[in-house]
Amino acid sequence: MEKRELTCIGCPLGCAVTVEMEGGEILKITGNTCKRGEEYARKEVTNPTRIVTSIVRVNGGKIPMVSVKTKSDIPKSKIFDCAKALQNIQVEAPVHIGDIIVENVADTGVSVVATKNVEAL
Amino acid sequence: MLNYDLVIVGGGPAGLAAAASARKNGLESIIILERDHELGGILNQCIHNGFGLHTFKEELTGPEYAGRFIDEVADLKIEYKLNTMVMDISENKVVTAMNREDGLFEIQAKAVILAMGCRERPRGALNIPGYRPAGIYSAGTAQRLVNIEGFMPGREVVILGSGDIGLIMARRMTLEGAKVKVVAELMPFSGGLKRNIVQCLDDFGIPLKLSHTVVDIDGKERVKGITLAEVDSTGKPIPGTEEHYDCDTLLLSCGLIPENELSRGIGVDIEPVTNGPVVNESLETSVPGVFACGNVLHVHDLVDFVSEEAATAGRNAAKYIQNGSREPETSHETVDLCPQGIVRYTVPKTLNVDRMDDEITVRFRVGAVQKNCYVSTYFDDERVMRRKRPVVAPGEMEEVKLKKEQLLKYPDLKQIIFKVEEA
Repeated sequence: MEKRELTCIGCPLGCAVTVEMEGGEILKITGNTCKRGEEYARKEVTNPTRIVTSIVRVNGGKIPMVSVKTKSDIPKSKIFDCAKALQNIQVEAPVHIGDIIVENVADTGVSVVATKNVEAL
Repeated sequence: MLNYDLVIVGGGPAGLAAAASARKNGLESIIILERDHELGGILNQCIHNGFGLHTFKEELTGPEYAGRFIDEVADLKIEYKLNTMVMDISENKVVTAMNREDGLFEIQAKAVILAMGCRERPRGALNIPGYRPAGIYSAGTAQRLVNIEGFMPGREVVILGSGDIGLIMARRMTLEGAKVKVVAELMPFSGGLKRNIVQCLDDFGIPLKLSHTVVDIDGKERVKGITLAEVDSTGKPIPGTEEHYDCDTLLLSCGLIPENELSRGIGVDIEPVTNGPVVNESLETSVPGVFACGNVLHVHDLVDFVSEEAATAGRNAAKYIQNGSREPETSHETVDLCPQGIVRYTVPKTLNVDRMDDEITVRFRVGAVQKNCYVSTYFDDERVMRRKRPVVAPGEMEEVKLKKEQLLKYPDLKQIIFKVEEA
């Protein structure tokens, strides 16, 4: 049997949650004080995901960089692939909030979108 | 001299929300003065997500959150001046400012809202021994360099202080290819939000060393390394616990200080615990017609609460101007709000029942971690409210709502006391 110790990020309490697993199957979740803790733990041990935020270079804009994010959460294991895929991307001004910067980033099926307006010079 | 009813100093989250609120409460003549080249303040460099859960019920990044308020200010046709530095505000509300187009100019205001935000505590205030080589940055400076200018300040990083900006930068620098070796925190607990420790440190295997501080900085031209040591309960380094880390960059995330030089110039009273102005229920300072909101008043953990507080300041400033700059008559005495025990301060500090809205929010921070407790409110000696809290911590702001209806039942009330009690 495998034991995973987690800190719940649902609220400031930060419960120490223990998940007992057997061959990828969840047997028991303990230590959480509410239902949200259980949901977090379940997702965290089966398919942990995160939203990734970064920046890409803008040509001909009022500022040199535009902030971006993955439109939804992507698998935690893909965070670095996503960061790497954004490293050499350059876009042309103007850029608007919600504009797609990269489609299907790192084969996640998720687009990276701009989170800031950058006007052209 | 220019004339505006309301001058708002600062175009960050507080200034924008205050301006929108004042306009929606019927005020026509408003101007925002902002020293940066764009509105939005520090949110522009906070590119991570997690903003707006309370306000918009969705998770936004900093620039997106700012964008919503910038759009609102534009829709409401509120005037603003960018690249404009306010130099002085007189007690009679003459605002002296300057920029490249207008030079030095003055504005006569009927009311002023202070929304200047805060600054990071610099190395000079931390008493770290060692040389002064290149490679030492406040976490916010590094955040600006990486996220706005597009420069990497270094490759091998140690972070002192576990405030939220430090934690966020640990992740940010890691994603940009740097190696963050350790985050050291002087206190036995982190000053940041728990979820940031999980998402920014644990996700990337970055160690957090509590009760540790930097005792030496090595390198003359450029940082070559730093020495960490464990500290005892009084914060003094324990000899023999020193550990050396090779690094080229040291980031400091050791607290934020409200930026109140202008406030002091006007002559408003400053609360020593928060370093922000003392305010009443209307968020009005000791100088009538001068209001304060956001991080210039006290350092917040969530921008959502800044927006909410700023909307209150904007509404009250509009009311003040519409009432002919005269304090409304009141038959009630002013009630003092008193922090007790681990509660360090309250905002506001005083309250007048006649002038207050139907409900006001009192915000405060505690000075120590306490688990399984009640946040209790006493009207003089009588406990009128208590709320069970699994944990209170210095990194998270607490709030209590007071209702006018309830306060009117206590005509002789002198003090409202806030404390944390064991459950």
